[in-house]
Amino acid sequence: MSMKTLFDKVWDSHVVSSVENGPQILYIDKHLIHEVTSPQAFNELEDRGIPVFRPNQIVATADHNTPTLNQDQPIKDDLSRQQLEQLSKNCKKNDITLYELGHKYNGIVHVMAPELGVTQPGLTMVCGDSHTSTHGAFGAIAFGIGTSQVAQVFASQCLLLTKPKSLRVTVNGKLKNGVLPKDVILYIISKLGTNSGTGYFCEYAGNVFEDMSMEGRMTVCNMSIEMGARGGMIAPDETTFKYVKDRKFAPQGEDFNKKVAYWKTLPTDEGATFDKEYTFAAEDIEPMVTYGTNPGMGIKISETIPVDENPSFKKSLTYMDFEAGESLINKPINFVFIGSCTNSRIEDFRVAAKYIKGKQKADNVTAWLVPGSKQVEAQIIEEGLKTILEDAGFELRQPGCSACLAMNDDKIPQGEYCVSTSNRNFEGRQGQGSRTILASPLVAAATAVEGKIIDITKYLN
Amino acid sequence: MEKFITIQSRAIPLSIENVDTDQIIPARFLKATDRKGFGDNVFRDWRFKKDGTVNEEFVLNDSKYSGHILVAGDNFGCGSSREHAAWALTDYGFKVVISSFFADIFKGNALNNGLLPVQVSADFLSELLSLVENNPETELEVNLEKQIISVKYSELSEDFEIDAYKKTCMINGYDDIDYLVNNKELIEAFEANKIY
Repeated sequence: MSMKTLFDKVWDSHVVSSVENGPQILYIDKHLIHEVTSPQAFNELEDRGIPVFRPNQIVATADHNTPTLNQDQPIKDDLSRQQLEQLSKNCKKNDITLYELGHKYNGIVHVMAPELGVTQPGLTMVCGDSHTSTHGAFGAIAFGIGTSQVAQVFASQCLLLTKPKSLRVTVNGKLKNGVLPKDVILYIISKLGTNSGTGYFCEYAGNVFEDMSMEGRMTVCNMSIEMGARGGMIAPDETTFKYVKDRKFAPQGEDFNKKVAYWKTLPTDEGATFDKEYTFAAEDIEPMVTYGTNPGMGIKISETIPVDENPSFKKSLTYMDFEAGESLINKPINFVFIGSCTNSRIEDFRVAAKYIKGKQKADNVTAWLVPGSKQVEAQIIEEGLKTILEDAGFELRQPGCSACLAMNDDKIPQGEYCVSTSNRNFEGRQGQGSRTILASPLVAAATAVEGKIIDITKYLN
Repeated sequence: MEKFITIQSRAIPLSIENVDTDQIIPARFLKATDRKGFGDNVFRDWRFKKDGTVNEEFVLNDSKYSGHILVAGDNFGCGSSREHAAWALTDYGFKVVISSFFADIFKGNALNNGLLPVQVSADFLSELLSLVENNPETELEVNLEKQIISVKYSELSEDFEIDAYKKTCMINGYDDIDYLVNNKELIEAFEANKIY
């Protein structure tokens, strides 16, 4: 029998049939939806008179448009409110479970679904959101889809797809003090560029990922799309099983044990081959920051911005108002965002609170600390982190996508820099004319305290 | 979906690399619940200045250029999965986007909306960009049946690849839903015999 990768095993077990000389029909186990990319798909089905095929395999949440203050009050923005009302209406009509704004399970789709145990190894999962790659942290095939595909999954619980090629990124060794999973993925993307993964599904292997918590693995897989890969995966292991066990939608009792036995067969066989492989040493990774307008434009915090004559590169630096060759250390920063589906889990707030404890937020800094879900919010309070943060002059907001894409009121003003734990530093991503510097929750916390970017590595040593 | 066979048109040159879907349609315009009208805001923050006035320097505002074909730099459509990007481009009037590389999700979304992504070599793209930039009257022809992109009244042309199934869909105006719904029995049989 030929040797198979984790990706092959999950993919092959979900192929319903193949179109001659064409794509395959791939079965989708779990479909996550939110208010922004689903309404047109519901409309399409209704127009064509097609019912939702498997409503019990769909989970809905409101996250992209939601305010992060006063969630108990009606949403002021008419369009946002209508979009949420539309979601509620569509879910009710089609018998779809919705965790709407204010519900104890509400949150960013890629934070709440794993928390509820919807995300499990060996599954295929989709959502009309490119950061669906997050769920690959459990050894699931998870990827973002467009709204036409959302309609296809509604109609048939399947998609027509051509099997992507396989890519493996291996990182072995010991990470330095202060280097977080976010730094690992920013480092990888800075080395490989934003389109090296296009057409591929990526597996992350090596002891660095094995040693990570599920939260860390989710941060890594989340950003797979930023190097173009439709998804990223990490082999399920004891850390995964322990995380999934006893969650609301996880298999229970004997069922769980049976699943674990199956999940243990999923990791890539020794000797299986990949279409492309990259290997990095953990020791070379340092806390990272981005300086440009795509996530591949990243440097170690102690490095200087590279010199490049490419017009698109120069356009990017002009937008950021940075010079080639300069360092970002000591750059004054007025905005800090800790949140998004990349870094809004409990571990991220623990890291931030640990650094912040006993210090004070800099006066020039407006900091938005936005938990990924109601459950994370509750845990922040339970662990006493909220008190630590408030004592230091920070305010904890309510869950949602928030300033990651600035669909709600959380917008960074024109021309301002924001050190952000989110995933995209595209022009205007955090508000028209905003300038995003991507970083880990630790670098973000340090920036908020200092009011400028500091060399966190030196500080920790 | 509208049928696509051959397009003959002038083109608009957008020689910027890594054009992400946030540029094609910024997130603040994603609050609609239907598919219409996104063309008004395509490349919004490049077409207009912050104060709402027209940015004369942006190529879409340059009256020299017109047409249903967008010629764009490498890695077009990266980032967010928002299909609104494809809707915005088609609503604005584009039927073809030419680049040396497309992001996966955007490419799929484009094909699902009758917008043809034509991937050409880096050399051909750079030749095409400078040709169109310098001669806005340049006419291009995109022949999906033969999978050829050519510059009219010249020898310049290149073959392009497209998935055979998707090509049939584009030419006949089919979409995937029809195909999937017609295979419901197979899907139900799969569900009954799942091995995982």
